Amino acid sequence: MKFKNNTVALDVTDLKILNALQENARQTYTAIGKSLGIAHSTVYDRIKRMERHGIIKEYTAVIDAEKAGAKNIIAIMTIFTDPKESDNVAEKLCQAPQILEVYTSLSEELLIIAKVVAENQESLHGFIASSVAPLPGVLRIRTSMITKKFKETRFSIANNPKQLTFIKEKSNK
Amino acid sequence: MKSRILRTLPREKAFYFFTSIGNYTGESATSLKEFTDKINEVNVKSLEFHFYRGDFEKWTAEVLEDKELAEQIGTLRKMSPIGENLKNGLNRILIRRYSRLRSTLYF
Repeated sequence: MKFKNNTVALDVTDLKILNALQENARQTYTAIGKSLGIAHSTVYDRIKRMERHGIIKEYTAVIDAEKAGAKNIIAIMTIFTDPKESDNVAEKLCQAPQILEVYTSLSEELLIIAKVVAENQESLHGFIASSVAPLPGVLRIRTSMITKKFKETRFSIANNPKQLTFIKEKSNK
Repeated sequence: MKSRILRTLPREKAFYFFTSIGNYTGESATSLKEFTDKINEVNVKSLEFHFYRGDFEKWTAEVLEDKELAEQIGTLRKMSPIGENLKNGLNRILIRRYSRLRSTLYF
């Protein structure tokens, strides 16, 4: 792991450790070391360093809400905003517990895309009508309710093979 | 009380016009006057959406605090109007109510 311009550059061993943790964060340092052919103390040192630098943000459980009995509905809101107010709207949205994710996007107009969870359609509508539509700068809102999930994955280091190859090549030189 | 019904409300108490669950048109009303004007401007689909959910009655009774107007809207609902008939019906009720409140305010 090297530092350049305040950014952390990971080497191929770091990426392999991250990949192993993303596959199973509960495995031991010894198990990771064994699978990668490195000492468990090396795994420990690198993980601790990546935790300190915020590369590893947290260890969490991925829960299947449906199996856990939650009957919530998920919707995607596309919020058209006045460009001057867009950041304020996005920041306000971030404060609401019903909002799971917030993004800004620039297409023909400036948009905010937010993922929202609600108990049912009525509470979803109530939340949007009372907490989102009144925000200064909101021009209009389109909401799509999610009916079926086909795929959901988190960003994985292993999903970015180009970056991995680049670092591998560099480390081989 | 009559002047209270005609007051301008803060933004968070405005009526926000939607066309379906979560789909906000960008139109809102912060007073009875503005609400009366917007009924003429918004898409009929939005009127039908709110009318049959009872949103107009709820807002006029609970936020504008005009129970008489809410009752009149409720009476119109029993006739199940749709499309332009709904727009005209609401328009008639609202203009009449607004004119009456305005005229009695000065006498």
